[in-house]
Amino acid sequence: MELIILKTDALFFILIVCLLTYVFYASRKEHLARPWRIVLKRPIAASALTILGFYLIIAILDSIHFHPEIEGSSSEPIYSSQVVSLLDVVLKPINKNTETTYSAPFAIYSYSKESRESETGQIVRAYPRLTYAGSHLLGISEVRSDLVTRSLSGLGYWVFVMASLCLIVAVFKVVKLKLSLVAPRNFSWFLRPSPARLAAMITFATVCLLISMIAAVGPYYHILGTDKVGHDVLFQGIKGIRTGLLIGTLTTLIMLPFAIVLGIAAGYFRGWVDDAIQYLYTTLSSIPGVLLIAAAALMLEVFMTNNADDFESITARADLRFLCLCFILGVTAWTGLCRYLRAETLKLKESNYIEASRAFGALSWSTISQHVLPNLMHIVMISIVLDFSGLVLAEAALTYIDIGVDPSMESWGNMINGARLELAREPVVWWSLFTAFLFMFVLVLAANVFADSVRDAFDPRIRELD
Amino acid sequence: MIIKGFRLLLVACLAFLCACSDSGWNNPYPSIEDSENIFYGSFSERPKHLDPVSSYSENEAVFTGQIYEPVLQYHYFERPYRLEPLTSETVPEPIYYGHDRKYLEGDPLAEDVQEVVYRIKIKPGILYQPHPCFALDEKGDHLYHKLPAHEIEGKTKLSDFSSKGTRELIAADYVYQIKRLMHPKLHSPIAGFMTKYIKDLGGFGERLREVSIESGGILDLRAHEFLGAEIVDKYTYEIRLSKKYPQFKYWLAMSFFAPVPWEADAFFGQPGMKEHNLSLDWYPVGTGPYMLIENNPNRRMVLAKNPNYRGELFPGADEDDAASLMPYIDRAHYSLEKESIPSWTKFLQGYYDASGVISDSFDQTIQFNTRGEASLTEDMKSKGINLVTAVRSSISYMGFNMVDPIVGGTSEQSLLLRRAISIAIDYEELISIFANGRGTAAQGPIPPGIFGFVDGEEGINPYVYEWVSNQAKRKNIEVAKDMLFRAGYKNGVNVSTGEPLTLYFDTVSSGPGSKVMLNWYRKQFSKLGIDLVVRATDYNRFQEKVRKGTVQIFSWGWNADYPDPENFFFLLYGPNAKIVSQGENAVNYQSKEFDNLFVRMRSMANSNERQEVINRMLEIVRRDAPWIWGFHPTSYTLSHSWYGNAVPNLMARNTLKYKTIDVSSRSQKRKEWNQPIIWPLVVIGSLIIFALIPAWCVYIARERARLGE
Amino acid sequence: MFILLEKEHGSVSSYLTRRILYAFPILIGVNFITFVLFFVVNSPDDMARVHLGNRYVTENSINNWKSERGYDKPLFIALDNSGKKIFTETIFFDKTVRLFTFDFGQSDSGRDISYDISERMWPSLFISLPVLCLGLLFTLSFALLIAFFRGTYIDSSAVILCVSMMSISGLFYIIGGQYLLSKLLQVVPISGFDDGVASIKFLILPILIGVVGGLGHGTRWYRTIFLEEIHRDYVRTARAKGLSEKGVLYLHVLRNALIPIVTGVVALLPSLFLGSLITEAFFGIPGLGSYTIDAIQSQDFAIVRAMVFLGSVLYILGLILTDVAYTVVDPRIRL
Repeated sequence: MELIILKTDALFFILIVCLLTYVFYASRKEHLARPWRIVLKRPIAASALTILGFYLIIAILDSIHFHPEIEGSSSEPIYSSQVVSLLDVVLKPINKNTETTYSAPFAIYSYSKESRESETGQIVRAYPRLTYAGSHLLGISEVRSDLVTRSLSGLGYWVFVMASLCLIVAVFKVVKLKLSLVAPRNFSWFLRPSPARLAAMITFATVCLLISMIAAVGPYYHILGTDKVGHDVLFQGIKGIRTGLLIGTLTTLIMLPFAIVLGIAAGYFRGWVDDAIQYLYTTLSSIPGVLLIAAAALMLEVFMTNNADDFESITARADLRFLCLCFILGVTAWTGLCRYLRAETLKLKESNYIEASRAFGALSWSTISQHVLPNLMHIVMISIVLDFSGLVLAEAALTYIDIGVDPSMESWGNMINGARLELAREPVVWWSLFTAFLFMFVLVLAANVFADSVRDAFDPRIRELD
Repeated sequence: MIIKGFRLLLVACLAFLCACSDSGWNNPYPSIEDSENIFYGSFSERPKHLDPVSSYSENEAVFTGQIYEPVLQYHYFERPYRLEPLTSETVPEPIYYGHDRKYLEGDPLAEDVQEVVYRIKIKPGILYQPHPCFALDEKGDHLYHKLPAHEIEGKTKLSDFSSKGTRELIAADYVYQIKRLMHPKLHSPIAGFMTKYIKDLGGFGERLREVSIESGGILDLRAHEFLGAEIVDKYTYEIRLSKKYPQFKYWLAMSFFAPVPWEADAFFGQPGMKEHNLSLDWYPVGTGPYMLIENNPNRRMVLAKNPNYRGELFPGADEDDAASLMPYIDRAHYSLEKESIPSWTKFLQGYYDASGVISDSFDQTIQFNTRGEASLTEDMKSKGINLVTAVRSSISYMGFNMVDPIVGGTSEQSLLLRRAISIAIDYEELISIFANGRGTAAQGPIPPGIFGFVDGEEGINPYVYEWVSNQAKRKNIEVAKDMLFRAGYKNGVNVSTGEPLTLYFDTVSSGPGSKVMLNWYRKQFSKLGIDLVVRATDYNRFQEKVRKGTVQIFSWGWNADYPDPENFFFLLYGPNAKIVSQGENAVNYQSKEFDNLFVRMRSMANSNERQEVINRMLEIVRRDAPWIWGFHPTSYTLSHSWYGNAVPNLMARNTLKYKTIDVSSRSQKRKEWNQPIIWPLVVIGSLIIFALIPAWCVYIARERARLGE
Repeated sequence: MFILLEKEHGSVSSYLTRRILYAFPILIGVNFITFVLFFVVNSPDDMARVHLGNRYVTENSINNWKSERGYDKPLFIALDNSGKKIFTETIFFDKTVRLFTFDFGQSDSGRDISYDISERMWPSLFISLPVLCLGLLFTLSFALLIAFFRGTYIDSSAVILCVSMMSISGLFYIIGGQYLLSKLLQVVPISGFDDGVASIKFLILPILIGVVGGLGHGTRWYRTIFLEEIHRDYVRTARAKGLSEKGVLYLHVLRNALIPIVTGVVALLPSLFLGSLITEAFFGIPGLGSYTIDAIQSQDFAIVRAMVFLGSVLYILGLILTDVAYTVVDPRIRL
């Protein structure tokens, strides 16, 4: 195994480190921790956060890339030039079974007919058996009972996992608090949890149940069918998580410094700085976004053609294109936040304590970092969570006009795009579209719900309303 | 309350819709057209040029083919394709002259020929379509040729000019068009190519450019003569070639050699015309059975019967039979249709008369019988739909750039690598998955139906295929692995350096579905342990890479201009190499032996001797494997029962005139197939109302409580 | 919006003059960016090749093509010339000056761009205007309804419904709507367009999808605005005076909420001309959205340039209109 770190991986990990630092920092500061506690008190937000957590874990797994070793080579290990991620390894049982073409969810026969030579030597066009899915079965009649058995074993996994988790938590508590097991009131948080905690626990258990079902059934069937070249659709949907999550977060990470620095500079220093920055963002925002993105996508294409040797693997190429997409989306997105920040800074500057601080001769820099920036953080926070879902949805739309992520990359946009034609088939191939819809809907819904709670908790105006 | 109002409005809207069309709510055409003899077709991309001098692509030929009449056409039914006269009296035979203008008899050798003359006599009495450029005033001067600027202002369509006229077709119009090929302001795609053959054409172009610079861009081509094309008398003209080129007659059937009246240039050339979208590119003027009466490339293009058309007899029909005079259809409406799903759906609903088969609805449409022949499914048959199939005279191939250090060159290593890949890429599977079996794996560059193609055991590519139980079978992948090993790569790892082999594949990525295709290619290479990096790009960039020779492996295709093997072999002819002469040899293949044979083959007439030469050429290119031969796509065309004379003819472009439409059967079927289903809408509507009931209850309760206070 | 708004300057007309003058440098900047992006990618040679087709193209015809369309000059700086000409004898100067006179010239494929825009503007408007109006009506009435039931389970379930509707990608609405209404129920044509009244049957589906697709976001947004108003003091006073809840909503809340609503809508107005890229592509509607996409795909720089310019002009117009709308609906604000 030879670890490699793609550019987006690196940025993603930086982002996660930032996130962890923030969590650590915020938990120490009462004024920051308070709104978050409000957020977490809401059952629906806690449940959404749990789901987002699962998505995040999958994205992290999918962001650890390496070259696998080629098997069978003798002395020195030889690494394949292919790039796989930890998630690929985890999902190998689902992914490795590539059929020839379409198959429906849980099917054991192919979805389209194929010409074959029958025993009598005639060419027959019939539905062939799938190579992998259900290959351990004799016929279609066994599918149902086999599914039931496997689901039961999945349920068994789940019960086992849940039980051991409970045990681990209990032991942990006991060790940490040095409590005796006999005093049940010490477990009241667990036995009679708050509504938010209950919601989170139920969500967690449900997702775990789904995962154990997939683990039990997935290796033997294509739970959500296969696509045109026989790849498992469920696998594609799961792989799309990283793309969706990254496009929502990396774009923000990239644009944030610009928006904050320029926004505050414009509002604080006024004068020609303000004029220049306003000119910049008005100009940028008045160009229709799609055209800007299209031009940038084409430009990148040229760059890659001229520097073709730098991109050894298809993954590296796709990765750069993805990064550029994030970047250009960031360029089109920062203007809005910048404008808000500028206006807020203007207001803050008029306020007494900043006047006072300036009167005492404090440097601009320290005034900004001590008084202005902290008071703007709620706006930044709200805009990050609100933009996230929009960006996930934008990816799909951009891919439709061929300026989205690289076609070789797994993304929901690519799935939807490919599935457009499948709806014209008779009978309809609905599972690709459905899978993309499902994964995207859950993510965006969770993000929206969470964003709502964050906004309610952080926006002082709205807080008063409740 | 407000909501209810809206629902009423919606219902009213729907009711209004019902009232205005009784032929199905989803009829995209006005219902008055139901009883008219109109053909409905679609175009996916707006035609860029309708001027015969620059029109080259298939989607333009749909229109230009019906409007312009070159001297020759392909016989509608006969196969192999045969040329027959269209406006000329006969198919012209080349007359060969040697040194000192000595007449050469029979089929002389190419080296001896110094000049070739085609003498063409056209039929008298052929009239142009009505067009304002021919309109005359009382004095006999052209009405619209010297318009003052203010009269052009405000005119944006051809129909803004009220008067129209016509004129007889004369030989001078054909000569005029040949001169237009070199007009410095018109960019004919074949100008450069034709200067190699037509006498004095290049020099004529130079002279025109000089004159054009002196005169500030205004040119009257009638005032300039050149040797290559000359008028003999009113109905006769001659074309002179500088070398023997038997394929030239095929060019005479293409719209590049159709007549253009000088009046059209005089009319459209006036200042201000082009700025108002008035140009020959948008409003063609021809003698053909149809004329373009509406050109809105944003939405619709309409062809209508040319009232001045002489009436051509249907092939094989009795001469006295007035009813068999073509054309039959009155008008043809072509709508812009970018997405394949809507156009397919409309075809099934009866709103298009003919359609291709999109890959995704293939199983719904086509089934194969026990002998593997394609036929329609019961569902389609019950609708009365017909299917015609034809192997297209085109090839879709994968090229190895022969100047590339790894896959190119003539070394044993690269040769084995190329052959191994040729075996590994399972085109049979590609055809089956992506084209639903609509295609034949190619054994060489020549598609079936073109002279030189050999069927059966003799015709297989022995480096990739074996002949097993009466059919060509791709060699086993183990053979390829072994070859790869001999080439110095063990399981895709270079034995000497220990580096895994990575190859680069350039392709044009186009919309949905391209991703799975690219994955498929990677799967094929991974069979040999080779890692394939796909560099998908846009068509421009792709072309540039090919032009500069920076590609390694790429996929491309070629569509025959005319049914002759020369049109395929010249894609491998050394002097045509992309990086040498910007020619059409995209793989930059060089082989002395092949080039010599090509020069011989090119000037030969179809004969056994020619077949011999072709076989030797095939052997050379199969051995060197500069292409993976790919496949020849088969075209499947569906048409409704009311659409008559739908015969596959892949060479002829002027096919609309042969077609018929049974209007009453069509409107009856359309009605039958398009009964709107409304009950689900009613159900949804009532559900929404239902959902509002609890809200209403809460409202009432609240009001009560408030009043109670 | 801008600094100008905060300073208390004179009359509306002088304000407008200043804003229009301010638009010039922005438009030049926009044009500069378009040029850089487009020409870093595409050399004029590339463009010529695209338009001349791919078979048998010669150097000569490429040069001809370029000189005819004025692409044979240098891009930004003409070093061969002297004095002023260093900047004026360039593609950038030449094309920019023409844009500012709204002379879009001809597309690279030889069509009159102004004519095409004037033709294709209408289909875009036919869709975007009804979508805006109907969408506004529906979302406003739903939002009022929800605001009326605030705090009840109807409110919370409606909000969840809205968030769910927001979380569905617009592509799904289009694909689903087309599949359901056109393919299964055969109620409307699946795509196409016609002139005049006959266009209605083509427009129903895209308008319906546009309205439904925007319902979730719009309703939630207006609900927030209404709730903000409802919590203000004057509403409490009105209610204390014994005004019915319905009356409070209609008379006070709706009227006061109009300020953000109207200004929001006014800012949208100019961009309605540009149409929706994806809807138009799916339904085969010959509007400006599909015009732009086509131009990008066929690399017709003249059209892209014109559309970017037009888009920017409309955007700036939107900004100005917003400011004007502020003063109209809320007389306290001075320009």
